[in-house]
Parts: sequence; structure tokens; C-alpha cells
Amino acid sequence: MKRILLALMVLAAFVLAGCGDDKTKDTAGKANGPQLIRYNVGTEPKTLDPAKSTGSPEATIELQMLDGLTRYDANQEIKRAVAESWDISKDSLTYTFKLRDAKWSNGDLVTAHDFVYSWLRAMAKETASEYAYQFFYIKGAEDYNSGKGKKEDVAIKALDDKTLQVVLNAPAPQFLGLTAFQTYFPVNQKVVEGNPNWFTDPKTYVCNGPFKMVSWEHNQKIVMEKNPDYWDAKSVKLEKLEIYLIENLDTSFNMFKNGQLDQMNEIAAQELTALKDSKELKIMPDASVYFYRFNVTRKPFNDVKVRKALALAIDRKALVESVTKGGQKQAYAFVPFGFKDADGKDFRRNGDNYFKEDLEEAKRLLAGAGFPDGKGFPRATIMFNTQGNHQKVAEAIQQMWKKNLGIEVTIQNVEWQVYEDRETKLDYDIERAGWSPDYLDPMTFIDMFVTNGGNNKTGWSNREYDRLVSEGKSTGDQKVRMESMHRAEKILMDEMPVTPLFFYTHPIMIKENLKNVIVPPFATDADFKWAYVE
Amino acid sequence: MVNNGVLQLVQYLLRRIVTIILALWLIVTLTFMIMHSVPGGPFASEKKLPDVIKRNLEDRYHLNDPLSKQYINYLNNLIHFDLGPSFRYEYRTVNDIIKTGFPVSAILGALAIAFALVVGLLAGIISALRQNRWQDYLAMVLATLSFSVPIFILSGLLMYFFAYKLQILPSAMWGTWQQAILPTLALAALPTAFIARLMRSSMLEVLQQDYIKTARAKGLSERVIVLRHGVRNAVLPVVTYLGFLVTDVLMGSFVVESIFAIPGLGMWYVNSILNRDYTVILGVTIFFSAFLMLMNFFVDLTYVVIDPRIKLVDRKDV
Repeated sequence: MKRILLALMVLAAFVLAGCGDDKTKDTAGKANGPQLIRYNVGTEPKTLDPAKSTGSPEATIELQMLDGLTRYDANQEIKRAVAESWDISKDSLTYTFKLRDAKWSNGDLVTAHDFVYSWLRAMAKETASEYAYQFFYIKGAEDYNSGKGKKEDVAIKALDDKTLQVVLNAPAPQFLGLTAFQTYFPVNQKVVEGNPNWFTDPKTYVCNGPFKMVSWEHNQKIVMEKNPDYWDAKSVKLEKLEIYLIENLDTSFNMFKNGQLDQMNEIAAQELTALKDSKELKIMPDASVYFYRFNVTRKPFNDVKVRKALALAIDRKALVESVTKGGQKQAYAFVPFGFKDADGKDFRRNGDNYFKEDLEEAKRLLAGAGFPDGKGFPRATIMFNTQGNHQKVAEAIQQMWKKNLGIEVTIQNVEWQVYEDRETKLDYDIERAGWSPDYLDPMTFIDMFVTNGGNNKTGWSNREYDRLVSEGKSTGDQKVRMESMHRAEKILMDEMPVTPLFFYTHPIMIKENLKNVIVPPFATDADFKWAYVE
Repeated sequence: MVNNGVLQLVQYLLRRIVTIILALWLIVTLTFMIMHSVPGGPFASEKKLPDVIKRNLEDRYHLNDPLSKQYINYLNNLIHFDLGPSFRYEYRTVNDIIKTGFPVSAILGALAIAFALVVGLLAGIISALRQNRWQDYLAMVLATLSFSVPIFILSGLLMYFFAYKLQILPSAMWGTWQQAILPTLALAALPTAFIARLMRSSMLEVLQQDYIKTARAKGLSERVIVLRHGVRNAVLPVVTYLGFLVTDVLMGSFVVESIFAIPGLGMWYVNSILNRDYTVILGVTIFFSAFLMLMNFFVDLTYVVIDPRIKLVDRKDV
């Protein structure tokens, strides 16, 4: 028996040692060819049909293989892509796009008819796309989607093979940017009609973007190579792109340290402290806000003095420096940095802060609301979804309120969907929330809090606020729009149905020899069109 | 007599199969009810969907139908072995998810079971034969250790040492035999320890039985005594445990598959519930239950082969 055991152990030792040699060569990275990037996007995509995808991992994968009318560059400027030029009518309602000579990877030409087909398909009722509402700016789109209107009445027309014309319901300056968005990506009519599951198979995934799909192993990786038929192929330096679909953050981090990955989209918060001096950690901007909602239909949060007192008694500096630690910015207003104002400067910088922390004022407000030194304040609960740092943030705020105002709150974590359900039903006192933009315009934050808005979820209502939002949505005059949004934001911060805590950042790990990878502040996580390995 | 026996056997088999089907139906029904009573749904999203869009989605997946109709439709498809499409990954059917995920989990599980059986049985037998000597202590200390270290810690440690420190094995993913080593060890640790301890105590008990003394008295070689009389009798508790182990390990482990990024079945148990992916929840639950019941059935059959004293059909009935 002993001998058998010994033999087994020796055998095992050989096996372990034997595989060592070829593995180290394998993970060296450079041995795989010079222009390759291995990037972990962090999850298996729900779909790769651009008409139906909603998440940023899906958008990120599709962005490498498809090119819309426009594309964002490294400075978040809208640049020409399949559209060579465009013309916007004086009333800001009619957009006419001129297309360049571009090809699909199967040799077909990319025409205006492709866009008409793709967009109508995405908004068709039968497609049941979640993001069909991204088309609701276009005349007739909402009616067609709901089944009330006809396909022919949607105001999208191919005037000829190279000219696409779109008419909007109302001025929407964000529309141009939307044409760089996944839902507006073109698909090849022949291919899609030939096989409803065309997007699952690399052989039928016909692309018009920088890369094309070679293989897709579910929950493992998607391999892409440079698309030689891309109209701008000369700008693409990367030969091969491997997109990993690995969800576990620790695993992904280990693979990065091990040399199995060159870039990862997300890093676990607990690693950030140790990585402070690492040159491979990059803190990228993220145009999203982390905030707390107050349920204004419940006492005592119906009193603006209580809401303000709570908001003023949070030490946001301590929160970002000792709790979240990812370089987040303290937030004293609702719209994050990264949106352009009418004068071309940053909307947030122009608007500046709307309040500041002030313990004396907070105590005075609380006393004014009938709770001197927190006496008699009912026991309230902070609800948050069981994820990431939310618990630590809630605990810190719980402590701050206790110390600063003498108020005791309990904290409660609930599973994500239960949390969604309860916030929609206004079944909470105070809850954690976050918001990231749908498009690059402050309106995506401001229009949340109109009376009974689907994303309001606080019960708050203000007529002047509603008026300012509809004013901002009905004009194409940037000056007027921006002014009404600034004023609306001021009302929001005066009334404080929500209190902003900080603006998000997007910490990523990236090898130092990777250049020109774009990490946008919203919608997609990376663009490798111009990327290369040094 | 022979005919009668065969008839009894057939009756027994039929009874077991009917029980299994009834149990499965009960499981489907209960899961269906619980699943639909949990808040949320497959199309919940942080951003509120316009009502039109929500209706389109629900129409497409027949979620607007009354629950009773959805239930009957589901049962009808189930009879035809069609588990439906996934709501979240709509291009994948549940059949496809099981077809691609299960073999991966099963290969990994089979490796782990093989390891656990070989190492666990050997360690148990050696410990029993060398009771209270260093071999025994060593094996039992190791067993206690791997018994008490949680699997996610063990996985992390294995990955840290072999992949990160020594750089001799890949840290994660699936496809090559090198990638199978660490998850196999992680998955096998607990069953190995359990089998070793089970086998040791069972073996110690058997070795004190009279028939072992008889065998010794007859002058049989130690080898024959240990293998033919000792191990064969002592292994029965391990076989019982094996039925459970095979199901547990072959069906995939959420923790190990998540940590080592293995595209098996394990992740679907947890993720499908978080996503409220109704058809996947039902599909994997049914598959798991059916497999578990079949395994138990096979274990019962195996007893007869190993131990002639056990009969499937009670003698008194004959």
C-alpha cells in the first residue's frame, strides 16, 4: 500500500512539474503575437444583437465589430463613422446623413437601406427590444412600437443608397450622439432575415466595424481579428482582440497578475488600497452619480428640513477617502462632470455646488423640524442592494448621523430585484441609488424627477421643476435648454428629495504597454479601434 | 419461482419510476409557485421601462397569460423534453444550456470523484491498518484540515500558490488538462477527507468481526483478508455516500466554477435565480432532481451487487 501511495505522489509531482514548462511560455503574452490585447469585459453577453442589447458589456463587444453613423473619439467628441457628413435643419428636427463607401465583411455595401431596415427592426413590436424607446425621439416610432402606428409612418427614409433622412418629434440635441449607440448600429438585412440567430455564430456575424468575430465560447471568451473590409482599416493596428467573459473579480485579477489578461474592466474595491502606487491601475472618469433617495411620502421625510439636515450631516470627504477609496469625487449637486454646457464648458463646473456640509445648520434644521438633538426622531431604515461597497457606505452614514445629529437609523440589505420592487412601490424610508447616463446630455439626469416619472421613485413633485424640464425638451436652443436644466437642478437641490453622495469613477487595470485604448465615461467600457501594443 | 421473482423485480422498478415521476411533478409545481411569488421578473431593470416596451416583452414570452396557463404550457413542453428558451440569454434554450454545461461539470466532477475515491479509500484503509501509528495520524490530520477549510478559501489558496507564486498552472478557465488540475483538487478535498474517515472507521469495525478472525484462522493471506473480506464489507457506507456525492459533484459547484471560471452547470443554479430567468430555474431544478433520484435508485441497485444479503424485493412478499 505504502508503495502505491508513494508512486502516486511521485506521479503527481511529475504531472505538476511537467506542465510547468509549456504553461509559462503560454502565459508570457508576447509569444502569442505582438498586436494582441486580452481584455476581460466581465460577463457573458446577454445577446450580441445590437437591436436588443442593453448593457455596457454587450455594447462594448458590439462596438468592436459594428460601426454606426457616428463614433465617439478619445475626447468624447462625436466623429464621422459610416456617415461622411450630415445636415441638421434649422428647426433642429430633420437630420440628413450622407453615407461613405463602406462595406460589410461579406462584401456587401453598407447602404442607407440597411439603416432603415435595422432601425425599424429594432423598434418593431415583434422584436420586443427593451431599448426600443431609444428611438422614441423619431416621429412615428413610439406608435409603431406600441402597435398603434404603421411601419410606413415612421419618419426614417433612404432618399437613395447613400442618403438617410430622419425627422424627430421635438428638438433633441442628443440624437446625433445616439447614432453612435448600440441600438442604432446597422445590421445586414440579408443575413438577419436568413437566420434569426445570426449573431450567435461567428460565421454569420457580418460586421462593418474594426474587428470581426472568430469564435465565441460561452462564459469563456470571444476572439476577434482585424476586419480588412472595414472602411477605416488603416487606423486599426491591432491584429487580434480576445474578449474574456469572466465574472469573478478575484479570478480576473489573478489572471491579470498572472499575465493571462492585459486589461480588465472592473477591479474589486478591496484591492484598491494595495494598488494605490501601481502604474497598472488607472482611475477613469465615469459620468454617474451615487445618491440616496428619501421617500417624501413618509414621515418625517416629507419635511424638507429633515431631508436637508440629513444631507448636510454627511462627511462626503471621509466617505470617498476612507470608504470607497477609488478616487470618487464628493458630490454637492446631481449632474456629474463630463457634460457640455451651451458655452462649450463643463455643465457641472458652470453650475458649481448647490450646498455644503454644515453641522450647525443641520442641527438647527433638525430642531426646526421638531427633533432637537435628534430626540423623538422615528427609527428609519437605509435600504440598499447587496452588492459592492453599498454596505460600507451605509454603515459610515449611519455612524455620521448618529454622531452628528443623534439620530439612530438601521441599515438593511436586500437582493437586487427585491430592492427594485420595493423602491418602485415606495416601500422604503431612505435608499441607496445610482444613475448613469443614457446619452451625453444633462437631461438624462434632470428628467428623472418629473412628477410621476418612472425613475423618480421618491414621490416628490414640483410644478416649476416639471415646467423647466418640458421647456428644456421643447427647444433646440442650447442656451435656453441648459439654462432651464441649471434652474431645475437648483430646485432639486433646494428641495433635496435625493441627496448626492459622490460621482463615480471607473478604476481599471491595464498593462502599461497598451496604448490608445479608449475608456468612455458611459455606455461602453472600452473602444479598441485605435488601440495598439507597444 | 423465477418468473415470480422477475415479476416482483419489474413491479419494484415500475413503482420506483412512478415515484420518481410523481416527485418530479411535485418539484416542478412547487418551484413554479415559489418562483413566481418572489418579487421581480426576468425583465427588471434599474431604469424603468416604458409601459409599451414592458408589454411587448411580456407578450413575447407569454408572461401576460394567467399563471395557470403558463403552468400547463410548461408541463406540456416538459413532457416533450422541451425546457424552453432562456429569458435572459434568449438565443439559448435551457436544453442547450444543460447540454453544454453538464458535460463540463461532469468531467470535472468525475475527475474529483476519481481522485477522492482513490486517495480517500487508500488513506482510510492505510489508517485503519496502521491504527495509532504515524501513517494514521498524518492521514487523519490532513483529512481534518481539508474537511474544515471552506472550499472558496482552498480554491483561492491553490490558485495563489500554483498559479501566481509558482506559475506552473493556469489560474483559471477551461479547455486544457492543466486547467482541470486546480479545480479538481479544490472540488475533491472535502469528499476525499470524508471518504478517508468513513473508510477508516468502517474498516476498523469490520476488522474486529468474527469472520475476519475465522479467515485469519483458516490461514488466508493478509492480502486476501484485507481486500476480499475487509474492504468489500467496509466499503458499503462509502457506496451510500457515493450516491449523494456523485450528484453533488457531477452537477457542478457554483463556488468552484465561479472561482476557476469554468463554463459548467454550477453557475446557473445561482445566476438563474438572481436573474429571475424562470425557465432556467425550472430546467436546472428538474434536471438536478431527476439526476439525484436516478442516482439514489442506482445506489440501491448497486447494494445488491456488493452485498448479497441485501435484496431489492423483500423475501416475505414472495
